[in-house]
This record gives sequence, structure tokens and C-alpha cells, in this order.
Amino acid sequence: MHEPLDTDVAIVGAGVVGCAIARELSHFDLRVTLLEAGPDVGAGTSKANTALLHTGFDAKPGTLEARLVARGFELLSEYAGRVGIPVERTGALLVAWNEEQRAEFPGIVARARANGYSEIAEVGVDELYRREPHLGPEAHGALEVPSEGLVCPFTTPLAYATEAVLAGCDLRRSAPVTQIDRLEDGGFRLGTPAGPVTTPYLVNAAGLHSDEIDRMLGHERFTVTPRRGELIVFDKLARPLVEQIVLAVPTKITKGVLIAPTVFGNVMLGPTADDVERKDDTESTASGVQYLRAEGARIMPELLEHEVTAVYAGLRAATEHVDYQLSIHAAEGYACVGGIRSTGLSASMAIGEHVREQLGAAGLRLEPRHEEPPEFRMPNIGERGERPYQRGELIERDADYGRIVCFCERVTRGELRDALGGPLPAVDLDGLRRRTRAHMGRCQGFFCGAELAAELDRGAR
Amino acid sequence: MTVVVVGAGPAGLAAALELRRRGVSDVLVLEREAEVGGIPRHARHQGFGLRDLRRPLSGPAYARRYAAMAAEAGVELRTETMVTGWSPHGPLELTGPHGRETLEPAAVILATGCRERPRSARLVPGSRPEGVMTTGTLQQLVYLQGRRVGTRAVVVGAEHVSFSALLTLGHGGARAAAMVTELPRHQSLALFRAGAAARWRTPLWTRTAVTAIHGRPRVEELELTDLDSGSTRRVACDTVVFTAAWVPDNELAVMAGLALDPGTHGPVVDAALRTSRPDVFAAGNVLHGAETADVAALSGRHAAAAAAEFAAGRDQREAPGSRVAIECEPPLHWIAPNAVAPGAGAPPRGRFALRSREFARRPRVEVLQDERVLWEGRLARLVPGRSAALPHDWTAAVDPSAGPVRVRLAAGG
Repeated sequence: MHEPLDTDVAIVGAGVVGCAIARELSHFDLRVTLLEAGPDVGAGTSKANTALLHTGFDAKPGTLEARLVARGFELLSEYAGRVGIPVERTGALLVAWNEEQRAEFPGIVARARANGYSEIAEVGVDELYRREPHLGPEAHGALEVPSEGLVCPFTTPLAYATEAVLAGCDLRRSAPVTQIDRLEDGGFRLGTPAGPVTTPYLVNAAGLHSDEIDRMLGHERFTVTPRRGELIVFDKLARPLVEQIVLAVPTKITKGVLIAPTVFGNVMLGPTADDVERKDDTESTASGVQYLRAEGARIMPELLEHEVTAVYAGLRAATEHVDYQLSIHAAEGYACVGGIRSTGLSASMAIGEHVREQLGAAGLRLEPRHEEPPEFRMPNIGERGERPYQRGELIERDADYGRIVCFCERVTRGELRDALGGPLPAVDLDGLRRRTRAHMGRCQGFFCGAELAAELDRGAR
Repeated sequence: MTVVVVGAGPAGLAAALELRRRGVSDVLVLEREAEVGGIPRHARHQGFGLRDLRRPLSGPAYARRYAAMAAEAGVELRTETMVTGWSPHGPLELTGPHGRETLEPAAVILATGCRERPRSARLVPGSRPEGVMTTGTLQQLVYLQGRRVGTRAVVVGAEHVSFSALLTLGHGGARAAAMVTELPRHQSLALFRAGAAARWRTPLWTRTAVTAIHGRPRVEELELTDLDSGSTRRVACDTVVFTAAWVPDNELAVMAGLALDPGTHGPVVDAALRTSRPDVFAAGNVLHGAETADVAALSGRHAAAAAAEFAAGRDQREAPGSRVAIECEPPLHWIAPNAVAPGAGAPPRGRFALRSREFARRPRVEVLQDERVLWEGRLARLVPGRSAALPHDWTAAVDPSAGPVRVRLAAGG
């Protein structure tokens, strides 16, 4: 007689990809365990990126990445509206700054068409400056990609994880997988500091560490080379400067430096692209900041006159391969979901769907749940939607939604209370920040830092 | 007839008191924090109130005194109430625990104060650990919440407030390992510097920049660069306090469509503290980097005079277009007030406040309009972060139809 296993599927890594897989599986009659090494979901690579909702127009045609980004774009656009993930359909302008870059346009258009995206069109110089009057001089024209947009990188994984947890997913935070043993009768025993988890099916969504998990299982297929991207976020007062996402003409190495609004009403400049040694090297650098400021001075000089509210760096999980590293070992019950680079946020739901299909094909029993999926809606932290402080009827019911604690970002005591409770409570300032926007603004805690520390203490009690 | 004062710090409360004294019937002060009093509430040191109340008080005692005087004078104080919407022509939109509300007062005095530029705005690279804060956060953690803040700190900046941060660190259980400034010397009083050296043995490293922050989850180390030699060194610490580098909290001024001064980043005001919008006045540290609380209070009192006149329908001002801008040439940083307008009278305390980015002893300063010299003379000295007093008697000679007034250091001065 077999020892009963702890769970049906264990997912290693609660970044945006791991959370999307957990959410997808939560629609079926399964026990799902989601293990996260860090203190929170979406707190690694998923939190520090350009937060664009890509159509996939510029992906390499025929790759899995191209297919999953295009599908993920559709799925996430729909889901975001349903559960309240902030999204803005700004459109993007891919700007050429010389004739050489403009000569790339036909190739970019052909690639977009090959990816099934036909809305891309050329915009003349006069029209470009009419739309983006604050652009620097000497633009030679642009391609318009009307469907590209912005999505909240914080709410997205939180929404997936919230839905999964409400449906019964066992989320364990601060639970790094330190050892993997194969069980005699098939399946795995995952060692974590909080005790072992046994499972017949294992999904490796460990992001930057996906190659290490893969090696623990005896594979030698890819190596994650963290590629650091530094970004500068400008004050909300800069937001009127830019209407759409301003993209650069990509090179073989990088998509280049872009300027984009954020869903929080800021303006972002970045990213850099530097391969680094360490998987925890998320430090910004003097040279990176200097480079971005020089690029910013060229693309949109007025932007640099505004105050900076954040400089940060994120790591992309780049590998030696062009495409995502998605594979299934049906006999073992192991799915590897590695090498998901900067497009992972846009592709996440399609990756979830893809992995679910693969696991099904590998023998995982996928019985739809009898219960309806949980009803929930994420608190809106986007600048375009209505925030609690703007809702008189809500404040009338609960005065705490009228008590603004973080003045720069207008976060109320009610929202802080919600973020410290519920199915997926924040455990630290960063978690509070990603759930509410508190401490994200121009004063960086000058006014509210101490008050937030007190709220966190109350939350811990 | 209602006059609304936004901000219940020293400038706002002093303005409200003066409005009442001048017979304005309805004076409403809006404060977004839970208590009135502003920054002095969490500045524990002595020396508040010398110029306005003529007595030395601690920050909290000073704040309490103003709150009591305002309440006694019949000023309506509304706390936990923030102005969350405004536009060049629209009403004030308020949010508070009682709900949403709009107001259309006869006049508004902006007294929203200033804040310190945090690490991110100073573009200091590195990790983003806990333990990096401004003096504002430090004081609230220590004095409002009684917390300990670490053991070994580095204070960035060497102005008055930086020495206040040293004191607060001491109360919070931390020792300051060093104080660093990019300038060639500190900008505070010799007494404070000597006190810090004697009491905590805190070294002052001048011409030194913080060029990286390391550590996670808490700060562990700073990289410091000597700006003259380019050499770097590493200093272990678990707390970093970025002090001074004040910027006006100007969001409402921007929303209201007020003209901003490029030097101060606060609203442009004439000597009566009238902004570019006839019904809006501004006072205290929203006009420029920080002055002491008593100076802010006197500024509030000054703005109230013009606001009361306006609310009573007695404003004699011509169109804002008749104002002449006052500009500074480097190394001068800013001047306030920064516009000359007919009928504005004398500026607060009978002087213009002039700031420099560089030190200068007995500098010769010129005030010109086009090539005409309006005033010329020596000031005692210029210290970055501290205001020098520039006389105002030249404003009568300004030609309202000519170009901007320029203030500069005289060549060979």
C-alpha cells in the first residue's frame, strides 16, 4: 500500500508564472501546493520590470514565446477587467532616431504580421510630434502598436495567488526548496525549512533559480544568466509629458531604453541590460543611472527636470536559449517552466494554460471543480480606476477609507488594514507597498514611514 | 466669507490666527495628519518660537501652543482631511473620515510645507534596504513612537537639521559613525558642530558623497567617495539618514495652476505672498526650502494680511501679468519672494531671503533690471541651505514694463 502523498501538484516558485499555474490548476479538483522561497508572492523578478502588457508583435515568429505572449495578452486583458487588475491600453510608438533605424521598420512590420498582429502602422514625423510633443528632437518617424499597454506588475501575481488560495491552494511563503528526492513509487519529496512536501507532480517555476531546481532533478539543459535591468521612476507630476509607451528600435541584444507611463501615474525610464553574476544582484549602479539619464535626455529632455521617486533594478531570467525553456517529463511527472524572460508577465496566463495541458497529457487527473470559482475583486491601486479615497459611499460605510495615511499615493487606513488581513496578508513594508502603493511616492516615507511601521506591527499582532 | 488655510503647521496656524485677528469670520484650516502642529510636533529640540512668540519652546510645546491659540481664536481646525482635488478654476475637493466634500472659499492660503529629498531623488545607487530614511521619518519613529532605530548610523548632510538628526539618533539608541557632506564644510553653527564632536565623537567628512548603499534586507555598508581625490571607502552602518535638501510640497500648487519658481520649486509670490492666482496665497516652507518654524509662522502672518484684504474685496492688485520676476544667477540658488508687483509692500520680516549653492564671505551682491543697477552692497556671508537677508528698498525702482530683475554676485566681489 502506497503512503498517501501530501498534495497532488507542487509548484516551486510563486512569481507571476508560478501563481498563474496555481490559479489555472485551482479550477480543477486537485490539491495544489505553492512553495515560495521569499516572504511574499511576486516579490522577485515579477515585481521589478517594465510592467508592459505586450501583444507579442515583436517576438520571434514560430517560437513558443511568440505564441504564449499573444495568447497571454488576450487572457490577461480579459482577466484583468474581471478581477480588477489595473490595465491601461495606451498603445506604443516605436520611434526611429535615424534613417538606419527607420530602415528596420519593414522588417518589424513583417515580423508583427507573421505573429498575427496586423494593427501595426507607420506614423510620420509630424504626426509623431503631434501625439508626443515632449519627445526630443530629430525623431525620424515611428511605428504605432495600438494594443500595447500597461499592466500592474504587483496586482497580477497577487490576484492569481488570491484566487488560488481562495480555491484551497496551500501557499507556503518563506519556504525555499533545498532538496529534492525521488520517491520509490514515483513522485517527489521536496525538502523545505518548514518540513517536507511529497507530491506526484512537480512544476518548476523557480524563475532565476529554475536551472538549479532542474539540476537537482539531474538535468543539464540550461543556465540562467541573470540580466539586470535598471529603471528610473519619475514623479507623477511628469505624467502629462507622455501619452503612449515610447519604444526604441530593438537590436539583437536588447529592446533598448523605453519611456512609459505606469499604471500608478508615474513615468518610467529604462531598462538597462547587463548580464550579472549573482542571482541576488538587484543593486542599481552609478553607471546604469548615468546611462539611463543620458538616454532620457535624448528621448525626452523635459523628463529629467522632474523628481525621481525610485531607482531600482530587476533581474530577467535569461538563458543561453532564444525561447522559453518549457518541457514536460511525463513519466516522472515533472514540468520545467524555465527561462521565462521579460515577457513572462504578459504570457503568464497562457503559460498556466500550457502547463495545465501538459500535466493533463502526462496523466494528471483534471476533473473540473463542482464549486463555482471564488468571487473576489482586487483592490484598485491604479491611477485611472477609482481609488477608495474617491468613493464617498465607501467612506460613509467605513470611515477608515477616508483616512489617508500615505499622502503622496493617497492610501487610506482601510486599505492598509485590508492588505494586512485577508487571504494573502502582507508581512513586510514591501508587501504593503505592492498591495496598496503606500511608501511608493515622492516622499519615500518622510510623512508616513513611521505610521506604516506602526500599521505593520498592528498587522503582525 | 470663508478663507481656507491648507496645512496646520506653524505657517498655516499663524496665518489662521492673523485672519481671525483681521476680522475674517470663517477661517477653516485643513490638516491631513491626525494632529495639528506640523513638523515641530516631532522635533524635540529647543529653540522654537523665538521670533514669533518671543519665548524659547520645544517643538511639541510650540505646536501645542499654536493649536491652543488657534482653537481659542475661533479657527475651525479639521484634521485627517486632505485636499485631494483642485484645478485652476474648480473647487477644493476634500477627503476625510467624514467623507468627500467640495469647498469654494473666497481665498486660499497654501501652507503645505516642505519635505526632505529622499535617497531615490538623490539618485544614490545600490540596494534598497531597510534602515534608509529621512530626518522626518527618523523623528517620527523616535519621538512619536518611541522606537529604537539601529545602532550605527551615517548622517548625510551637515545643516542644522542634520545635527538635529544626530540628537534624535542618540535618543533612538544609535550612534552616528559619521556625518558626510559634499560641501567643503558644514552649514550649521560652530556650536552644534563642536557639540557633536565632543558628545558623540562624530567625525565630519567634507567633500564626501554617498555613491552606493549595500546590504539586504537591512543596510550594511555605504560606499563613500572623496570628491577631490576620487578615492572611495566603505563604512559599515545599519542606518542612513538623508537630511535637508528640502523641497516644497508643491503638488497642490501645481494642481491649482500656480506659476512655480524654477529655483525654489514653490509658487512664485510677490512681497505680499500673493501667487499668480488672485485668490491663492502661499506662506511658509511651501515657498522654498526650510526656514525655521518661527520664520514660517511670520510668513503665515504676513500672507494673512493680503488674504484678508482680498476676501473683503479690497485687493488693489493689477493683473498678475504686471508682475516682474526676480531671477538668480549661479551660484545663487533662489530668492523669495520672487516677483515684484505694484502695491505689494514690504516682504515678510522686511527682507528678501537669498540662498546660494556655495559659501561666500562678505560677498558683493548686485540687483539689476536689464543693465540698470537697482541695488548693490555687501551681505555678511552666504552659506548653502541658510538664507541671507537682502534689503527690499530697491523694489520701488523696478520698472513694471521692463525685463526681469536679476540678482547676482558682483564680478570680483
